[in-house]
Amino acid sequence: MNDLTQAMYAATRLIFSADALLVSIIALSLKVSFTAVLTAAIIGFPTGAFLAITRFPGRQMLIALLNALMGLPPVVVGLLIYLLLSRAGPLGEFGLLFTPTAMVIAQAVLITPIIAALSRQVIEDAWREYEEQLRSLGAGTLAAARTLLWDTRFALITVVLAGFGRAAAEVGAVMIVGGNIDGVTRVMTTAIALETSKGDLPLALGLGMVLVAIIIGVNLLAHGVKLTAQRFHG
Amino acid sequence: MLPLTLDHVEFSVNGRDIIRPITCEIQAGTRTMILGPNGAGKSVLMRLCHGLLQPTRGRVVWHKAVAAQRARDQAMVFQRPVMLRRSAIANVMYALKLAGMAPVECRLRAEDVLEAVGLASVAERPARVLSGGEQQRLALARAWALGPEVLFLDEPTANLDPNATRDIEQIIGAIHASGTKIIMSTHSLGQARRLGDEILFLSEGRLAERASVDLFFRQPQSPEAVSYLRGELP
Ligand SMILES: Nc1ncnc2c1ncn2[C@@H]1O[C@H](COP(=O)(O)OP(=O)(O)OP(=O)(O)O)[C@@H](O)[C@H]1O
Ligand SMILES: [Mg+2]
Repeated sequence: MNDLTQAMYAATRLIFSADALLVSIIALSLKVSFTAVLTAAIIGFPTGAFLAITRFPGRQMLIALLNALMGLPPVVVGLLIYLLLSRAGPLGEFGLLFTPTAMVIAQAVLITPIIAALSRQVIEDAWREYEEQLRSLGAGTLAAARTLLWDTRFALITVVLAGFGRAAAEVGAVMIVGGNIDGVTRVMTTAIALETSKGDLPLALGLGMVLVAIIIGVNLLAHGVKLTAQRFHG
Repeated sequence: MLPLTLDHVEFSVNGRDIIRPITCEIQAGTRTMILGPNGAGKSVLMRLCHGLLQPTRGRVVWHKAVAAQRARDQAMVFQRPVMLRRSAIANVMYALKLAGMAPVECRLRAEDVLEAVGLASVAERPARVLSGGEQQRLALARAWALGPEVLFLDEPTANLDPNATRDIEQIIGAIHASGTKIIMSTHSLGQARRLGDEILFLSEGRLAERASVDLFFRQPQSPEAVSYLRGELP
């Protein structure tokens, strides 16, 4: 118990003194996860909109598959990306393994299905409401997709934030493809894993507290966006 | 593009007949009121005419458009109009842009119609926070802006108070005066009398009677219409 209070105290001091190591790890984490979520949104939104609006044979199976991919185990994704990027792998020549780019790729692969599947749900619900009106106004598939993406924008922000939360909290994939190299690919989750096993509890705990604060903050933000949007836009 | 010809139009879903063979010709110029009890098929018939539903058997034939100086040939205001999540004026401009109008022209035209329906003062407000009556007027403005040759109106004053109803009826009168063919359904016999030139009376998916407004209310021919006017639902 004493160990814990001491560690908590040290962790709090690290945070409030803006410890350089701590700050650099947090900054890299945010940068990697932010880039990953951006990439995932660019791919996931159009995919979700397309699946929501169009009807073709095999669509239901594709949706089921997408929903299943939401639960991809991060370590398996990490392993696959590792095999792709390793020197002998098909993308080995780019030398991306153990770089932040590799971590971005892994996280993006992990959360693209989440963003696509959740936005598909959101957009399909809106489509049910809008379909006749938009068809009556002469909107084709592309115009309808763009309209729905814009009109569901507040719900989609929460989708993005859900993806961000998942990316930032993930450890297995970035550990494998990033390698947890000090000052290069060490992010919050991998640092926590390492420092805990080394016994440096204050740094691990400090990072853990920041990570939890970020996740809670992101969720509060999502909630706030929803409430504000409802109040002002109906 | 008028007259509109319905040639043995039938519509059924899962073997249930919703529209039984209807053959008739709808002429330009007159205001056509579709009457009939709940579930008679009024909304479905208008969707079939508007092209949102395909007849199970039979054909809906529009005559060739002549020198279309119009943004769209036909428009429809639904029983529950869908407001896009943007300002009132943007809702009108959206329809115009889809119809291929240049952005500058869109704004001018949208301002004009909003003025005409008395919504100029709320033009910049989010459409979804407008009152039911205002939304209904906005839906009319959005359809009117397109300058269609034919306008379908599905119970445009359901759920409105007497003042709002009078406003809407005035707007419909103005749209008719601007040269647009009105085809609308209503449950208000007074409204059908005030706005209509001819009545199509539907009962259980059948066109039970077609007559001028005057004749229909003075001397209904079909037993269904007689009992409907007496306020006895079969
Ligand atoms: N897409 C559909 N699939 C199955 N049944 C439908 C569909 N659309 C309408 N119906 C059925 O067709 C019948 C006619 O519906 P419709 O909406 O045209 O009635 P209505 O005359 O407009 O009634 P109301 O006055 O209540 O608006 C109803 O029994 C309805 O349940
Ligand atoms: Mg109806």
